[in-house]
Amino acid sequence: MSIESIQQTIIDEFSSFDDWMDKYNLLIEMGKDTPMIEAQYKTNNHLISGCQSRVWLHASYRDGKVYFTADSDAVITKGIVNLLIRVFSEQTPDAILNVDLGFLDKIGLKEHLSPTRSNGLLSMVKQMKMYAQVFKLKNG
Amino acid sequence: MNPNLDVSAIRADFPALHQQVFKKPLVYLDNAATTQKPKVVIERLQHYYELENSNIHRGVHHLSQQATVAFEQARKTIAELVHAANSYEIIFTRGTTESVNLVASSLGRLLMKKGDHVLVTAIEHHSNMVPWQQLCEQYDSNLLVARFDQQGVIDLEHYQQLLEKRPKIVAIAHISNALGTINPVKEMISMAHKLDIPVLVDGAQSIAHCPIDVQDLDCDFYAFSAHKAYGPMGIGVLYGKEKWLEKMPPYQFGGEMVDQVSFEKTSFNCLPFKFEAGTPNVGGVLGMETAMNYILEKGYDAIAAHENALLAYATQQLKNIEGLRIFGESPNKASVISFLVHEIHPFDLGTLLDKMGIALRTGHHCAQPIMDFYNIPGTVRASFAMYNTFEEVDVLIQAIKKASAMLR
Ligand SMILES: Cc1ncc(COP(=O)(O)O)c(C=O)c1O
Repeated sequence: MSIESIQQTIIDEFSSFDDWMDKYNLLIEMGKDTPMIEAQYKTNNHLISGCQSRVWLHASYRDGKVYFTADSDAVITKGIVNLLIRVFSEQTPDAILNVDLGFLDKIGLKEHLSPTRSNGLLSMVKQMKMYAQVFKLKNG
Repeated sequence: MNPNLDVSAIRADFPALHQQVFKKPLVYLDNAATTQKPKVVIERLQHYYELENSNIHRGVHHLSQQATVAFEQARKTIAELVHAANSYEIIFTRGTTESVNLVASSLGRLLMKKGDHVLVTAIEHHSNMVPWQQLCEQYDSNLLVARFDQQGVIDLEHYQQLLEKRPKIVAIAHISNALGTINPVKEMISMAHKLDIPVLVDGAQSIAHCPIDVQDLDCDFYAFSAHKAYGPMGIGVLYGKEKWLEKMPPYQFGGEMVDQVSFEKTSFNCLPFKFEAGTPNVGGVLGMETAMNYILEKGYDAIAAHENALLAYATQQLKNIEGLRIFGESPNKASVISFLVHEIHPFDLGTLLDKMGIALRTGHHCAQPIMDFYNIPGTVRASFAMYNTFEEVDVLIQAIKKASAMLR
């Protein structure tokens, strides 16, 4: 699926909820589907520095596409991480580098990516793009 | 409830309390981070900038004279508030952090030699730990750290042992922002003084909640910030005993703090100006004075009685929540409650409480060593001010129950 259609799917999933608690319930549920990072990668090397919750991220490259796995010790963070992975994973490095995160605004979660929200998600997006850049250079 | 404190009248004084967040009435329980401001303080700032603004101490013109008088009157008010012997022992700073840095830098230069120690406790806010740690690094020595126990109470025996290593300076919090512990500072000061060691007290968390008498405590320095006591941000106080302030070298250099200046030599102004380089935050000082008068008008006794009742009620209600653990159970405790529910990450709980209109703090509260001690990533912290109500505690309890059910 293209990045745009995945984002649209996510927007549709959230659009039926007005209430914040319902949105977060959905997010918490989504966290449970996160492609789990393998135990061997759940190390400080793969830790994304954020102030409050911890996020581990790993990337691999197959047949021109990047695949991400991750985990977090906070379930809401994990839900957001999974949203990002749904958008970024199985995409080409170029698609990842050009991704527009406007969908987070549409579903009301933009605040989690603001630099003032010290949960490291912005660093997570940067890290994902960094991986994409590296794979692109190596395999370009 | 305390009959002397009319909480609904007080709430009416605070515009920020009457708003909705995420369509829910705001419940503001992040007072240990900063309190909201009463109208009188906001109006004081506005009045200053509308009609009184001018640079102080050096103008012959009317406005400057007037602002200088107001500024120096505020210094007297603060001196009376903390019972300082002299108003020139009150130095205006940006806040607690700057006050501590001033002492670390200046008293450090006066007293420290290679290998000399500084003593702090393990429950300090980073602001009263990192400046000392850096000072120690500069002088090739180690920071001595007094332990606390499971309840969050300082181990006074350990403190005594560390004092016997003859640190040059002791720096201790009056009240812990992360655990609520009220330290027996008077006793700790007297223990240090038996060995002639000066003591700085970090009063960031006390000034809004309990009367301070620096002469009774006999502390050598006392630091606090206005913004945690209903006053403006960016302004605070360092009280210092004259005998130390006289001997200490200036912290920063510039205008105002000098006496005679030539390119060959500069001599410094007298106290307190020696430590107030540059144009001060005049509006902030006046706003702080108004905030302190507001506190005095309500009365520390009435405020403390109300906040202690809130603390007791909230503690009891929280303990009824299954799986809830409170961190910091000192018998002598201020209205700060740190907690966790089951294994729920504090960030998760805080995020959902926020969506229910409740403002509180999650994380390590700038006291990472405490979190390491309990081996937890952080806590959720509710902290009360004079305007909080029992109904707000009820809202908090219901919200925690709802959020925990979602997060488990
Ligand atoms: C105990 C304690 N000390 C120092 C500080 C630092 O105060 P400020 O940031 O106003 O300088 C705080 C603020 O959280 C505190 O709670």
